[in-house]
Amino acid sequence: MGAPEAETQAAVGEPLVVLSGVNKHFGTLHVLQDIEMTVHKGEVVVVLGPSGSGKSTLCRAINRLETIGSGTITIDGVPLPEEGRALARLRADVGMVFQSFNLFAHKTVLENITLGPIKVRGLKPAEASQRAMELLERVGVGDQAEKYPAQLSGGQQQRVAIARALAMDPKVILFDEPTSALDPEMVNEVLDVMVTLASGGMTMIVVTHEMGFARKAADRVVFMSEGQIVEENTPDEFFTNPQTDRARDFLSKILSH
Amino acid sequence: MSGFETLFGEYNVFGAFWVTVQLTVWGALGALLLGTVVAVCRVSPVGVLQQFGAWFVTLVRNTPLTLIVALCSLGISDVMKVYLADPDSNTFIVDNSFRWGVVAIAVYHASFVAEALRSGINTVPTGQAEAARAIGLSFGPTLRHVVLPQAFRGAIAPLGNTLIALTKNTTVVATVGVAEAAYMMSNMIEFNSSLLYWIFAIMATGFVILTLPTGLLFTWLSNRLAVHR
Ligand SMILES: Nc1ncnc2c1ncn2[C@@H]1O[C@H](COP(=O)(O)OP(=O)(O)OP(=O)(O)O)[C@@H](O)[C@H]1O
Ligand SMILES: [Mg+2]
Repeated sequence: MGAPEAETQAAVGEPLVVLSGVNKHFGTLHVLQDIEMTVHKGEVVVVLGPSGSGKSTLCRAINRLETIGSGTITIDGVPLPEEGRALARLRADVGMVFQSFNLFAHKTVLENITLGPIKVRGLKPAEASQRAMELLERVGVGDQAEKYPAQLSGGQQQRVAIARALAMDPKVILFDEPTSALDPEMVNEVLDVMVTLASGGMTMIVVTHEMGFARKAADRVVFMSEGQIVEENTPDEFFTNPQTDRARDFLSKILSH
Repeated sequence: MSGFETLFGEYNVFGAFWVTVQLTVWGALGALLLGTVVAVCRVSPVGVLQQFGAWFVTLVRNTPLTLIVALCSLGISDVMKVYLADPDSNTFIVDNSFRWGVVAIAVYHASFVAEALRSGINTVPTGQAEAARAIGLSFGPTLRHVVLPQAFRGAIAPLGNTLIALTKNTTVVATVGVAEAAYMMSNMIEFNSSLLYWIFAIMATGFVILTLPTGLLFTWLSNRLAVHR
């Protein structure tokens, strides 16, 4: 184990999400190739890579929205169950924030947050509502609780989506390009919430092209290309001193604008 | 005395239309329940259920309602002696034929409800179900709390059309002796054939009174409950 690696791991805890020998095909396309990845408790990992490199698929495999062909994924020591209740239980512990928000369109903001706690965690509605209001305040949309998602701006919707994930008290939250669908002026309001979460000790796996976020909040950057993890490093090292041509090529493209 | 008064005097017009209303309400409830089950089968991850759903819709939707009514009433009830009422009760014949009529209407229209719902389910973006699964809801609760409520709202217009068709299709059970509006009409035509235009006027008006509000209600509902994305 190299010195820099030991340093990053000192700040964080036990292995929480462990992918080992993970492979996935879409038809003939080998989208995940022998993925080895460990995310520790409290760690914030940013996943970078060109379009089509498999970042979303990796994220979705971790809560089994995509099945995998071979290999194992464990969450807090428990292998991902195949289907059914066990899988649902495990998913409750793994939050997910989507690029397109995916708030429940027929439910109010408050109901979006309380659905999981009531139906999955068995909280009483009053209890769940109170908790939901606290979370909505925390992400800065407390005054929107009775509105429907379509009445909110993209930035507000995404913050509600983060609150919805938090309401389950997840062990880890996956973010798949959470700011890519937002108008530029709304990106920061969402990133600010994420930075606060990160510094509060939440374990996060974040697919994003926001270098500012990676530098500020990430413990580690994972660079993917064509279905492989090509490089892993601290944000500083990765951005200033990329080790592979593919990473250098990628960085030159995204940093040039 | 006008033909109108004669007919209303000799026939229990309201009673006959009341039977039509009852057939409609029970038939619609049955169709909604069964149709929902079939639609859920079609989107379930279980292959056997998917096939059952597909077969049910194809088979039932393409069979004339008259045939299904005859199968229920003559085939299952009269020949196989499967009764839906107590054979010793003195209203047995009326009750049994009415209930089998409801079953036939419900089964037939369930196929249309299932198709309407399936198109409604297709209007729900996959991200909705994924978000539901991601907070730990399993297949059933995901459908119940997230997908179906939105699917029903997306399917209100076709469901309304199905209900209007169902209301009119209840006339088919006259063929097996359920004394609803069309059954009364046959009697009127047989015994009061000189009043033919009055008879048609009463029948047409009766069905318009039953179906027009349905149409208006469903148009209103479909605007009112539309899911904004
Ligand atoms: N359901 C699917 N069926 C077939 N191919 C798919 C499917 N989902 C993704 N792919 C393909 O798999 C590859 C990886 O997709 P993925 O969405 O994981 O990439 P990504 O790194 O998230 O890209 P982006 O930055 O564009 O979001 C792409 O080539 C994509 O076209
Ligand atoms: Mg992606």
